[in-house]
Amino acid sequence: MHIGLVHYLVVSALLFSMGLFAIISRKHAILVLMGIELVLNAANINFIAFAKYGGMNIEGHVAAIFVIILAATEAAIALAIILNIYQHFRHVNVDEVDDLKE
Amino acid sequence: MTKDTLLLSFIVLLIPMASFLINIFFGNKLGRKSGIVGTFILGIDLALAIVAAYNKLFVFSEEPVIQTRIEWFNLGTVNFDIGIGIDNIATIMLVVVTLISFLVHLFSTVYMKGDRRYPTYFAYLGLFTFSMLGIVITNNFLLMYIFWELVGISSYLLIGFWYEKGSAANAGKKAFITNRIGDLGFFIGIMILFFTYNSFMFDDIFSGIASGKMPFNNPTMLTVTGICIFMGAIGKSAQFPLHVWLPDAMEGPTPVSALIHAATMVAAGVYLVTKVFVMFTADALTFIALTGAITAFMSASIALVQRDFKKILAFSTISQLGYMIMSLGVGGYTNGFFHLVTHAWFKAALFLTAGSVIYAMHESIHHKNDHHTDAQDIYNMGGLRKTMPWTYLTFMIATFALSGIPFTSGFLSKDGILAGTLAYANLTGGWHWVIPVLGYLAAGMTAFYMFRLTILAFHGEHKTEIARNTKENKLPILFPLVLLACLSFWFVYSSNPFEASEGWFQEKVVQPVSVVPETSQWKFLLPEMAEGQAHNQGDNPENSDVVQASPENTYLNRFHEESHHFHYLAMGISLFMAALGIMLAFMMYKFKIINAGKLEVRFKFLHSFLYNRWYFDELYQATAIVGTLALSKSLSWFDTYIVDGLVNLSSYIIRFVSRLTGLFDNYVIDGAVNMASTFTGYCGSKIRKLQTGKVQAYIVFMLLGILTMIYFFV
Repeated sequence: MHIGLVHYLVVSALLFSMGLFAIISRKHAILVLMGIELVLNAANINFIAFAKYGGMNIEGHVAAIFVIILAATEAAIALAIILNIYQHFRHVNVDEVDDLKE
Repeated sequence: MTKDTLLLSFIVLLIPMASFLINIFFGNKLGRKSGIVGTFILGIDLALAIVAAYNKLFVFSEEPVIQTRIEWFNLGTVNFDIGIGIDNIATIMLVVVTLISFLVHLFSTVYMKGDRRYPTYFAYLGLFTFSMLGIVITNNFLLMYIFWELVGISSYLLIGFWYEKGSAANAGKKAFITNRIGDLGFFIGIMILFFTYNSFMFDDIFSGIASGKMPFNNPTMLTVTGICIFMGAIGKSAQFPLHVWLPDAMEGPTPVSALIHAATMVAAGVYLVTKVFVMFTADALTFIALTGAITAFMSASIALVQRDFKKILAFSTISQLGYMIMSLGVGGYTNGFFHLVTHAWFKAALFLTAGSVIYAMHESIHHKNDHHTDAQDIYNMGGLRKTMPWTYLTFMIATFALSGIPFTSGFLSKDGILAGTLAYANLTGGWHWVIPVLGYLAAGMTAFYMFRLTILAFHGEHKTEIARNTKENKLPILFPLVLLACLSFWFVYSSNPFEASEGWFQEKVVQPVSVVPETSQWKFLLPEMAEGQAHNQGDNPENSDVVQASPENTYLNRFHEESHHFHYLAMGISLFMAALGIMLAFMMYKFKIINAGKLEVRFKFLHSFLYNRWYFDELYQATAIVGTLALSKSLSWFDTYIVDGLVNLSSYIIRFVSRLTGLFDNYVIDGAVNMASTFTGYCGSKIRKLQTGKVQAYIVFMLLGILTMIYFFV
């Protein structure tokens, strides 16, 4: 069986959906963060796939590496925020952090 | 050189102003010295005035008037020219005003001693002298009217000088307001002349009249204009019917009465008539003569029964002013002005002696600590002859002059006036005889009341302790008295005590030729030559060379000639009347042959009629004053109820409309605004439920949004 562009895109879509589901449904902030990682990686797969089949070539790889760097920095900042939330609320449940509505 | 004389008289005008300025600004620093400063300044002024008068009268005597004119400003095509000018009468007046002012300053340094506002008093005297000199040396109506009003205001200030006394303040007001009535006529007269001849200058107006141009092209209007101008004189010179202010003006300090209300300011009216004498028509002159005669008679009769020393003199002044006016009215120009000058000396002397007596009485009252006795009531005096000999002597000389006793100046001038009235009545006839009759009656009454005053105040026993304790005054008071008494003798004016025409005065003050067209002029006032020629051409032409061949015919006109013929007759009657008056006075008050008290009871009505001054004050109170007040009241009612009512009504309407607008604003407009805000708030409160604060909920919404957009756009 020949593996083409569509397969990549399907995997990427599945990954994106699972990441999105994790973002929406998980209570724990770390899990939400992990969902975001999944979404970013789904995007990475898309970039690579288009680099190989879609004619994006080297630019697709560069974008993927850029996203990975971005994910690393984002994880660092997000973990810092989560630590602060924990210090403030003594838990990291996202649905209970709703002070902004007032 | 003539210009230098004019400049000199201008300086004479300005110097009293300097006195005013010094005393008003530095008076408090000068204190007691301000009187001496004022007197000294006026002394300099007097010296300069004498030099100016000498120059005009004897050095430049051939020039009728030295004058100058400058353009003050112009409006459109009309130039407002002003200027100053001196003729013979002006320079004589300069000396009269400055000399009396100087003497009054000197007198006041003692009389006003201890007054709280001593420097202010001298400042006012300076202001008055300045304004009076201004009237004297102007040669146009514009400046004259300005100075005329300045004289009015300074007179007001001085009458009301002791304004703490209600009567003095009222007297000042009365004088001012009464004068305003006359001034209104004066102003109208000036305006008629100005709009007819486009100038205020005497020269332009007189030449305009001479050229036949008439106000409103109507010769009668010239008479009316003349009477309007004369109204100014009626007010200032206290003529009937505006004489009521002068007796009240005696509330002022006595030296002021001597300066203003006897010698100078009241003479301003007479001076005005003299100055514009040439423009009066025959009818205007008749009006003037009649006014003068009535005034002379009426006020002399009032003076018969008065009790207040100064009031008697005040009525006597009105009476004498009436004489002057009467004389001018009958055409006796020279004698009218002559009487003005002689009267100025002896009336100033009389008032200053009155001041001397009152001052002595006050000192005596003060000494005895008696505050109830009236220091001016002649029934409280008596026997002052012994305690105040110098005052008595000078008073007697001035009384002789006023009564017209020979060897005095008053005799010369009064005699001339009465001769003039006889000549006038003889030339015109008819009811005009009433004028000399009134004149002679007034002369007799003058002698009577003056001797009544003399006998009651100076002769006999002391009527009160106060009179016994009076003392003769010091030199600054006596010197003016003696000097003025000396000026009341005949030799000052004429070498012959029975013939004024031989003196320098009659030579220098010559009747001017009238500028009024012959048709509205008395024939007898026209120059004699022209009259003679016209007469001869009509009658017998062959005699014409006889008339022309007598150039030494010294009479100016028929009037002059006629009054010369009446000279001795007039003198005789006048002496007879004076003697009669004096005899009656002695019989009633000295020898008590006729009981004055019984007469008073017998003619009670007449006595109270005279004592209450013919009820003029009551008449004016009942008519003019009550009328004015009623008018003001009705106008005030109109204001309060009609005008204010209208204003209030409109304000009510506006307030009602505003209230409606206010309601509309509050409920409709504000309601709409509030509704909008409430609605927005309500919507907000509903919508805000969407903001849960839960991050995941937001993400879901975002996702839905993106999906929607994808659905619609892709």
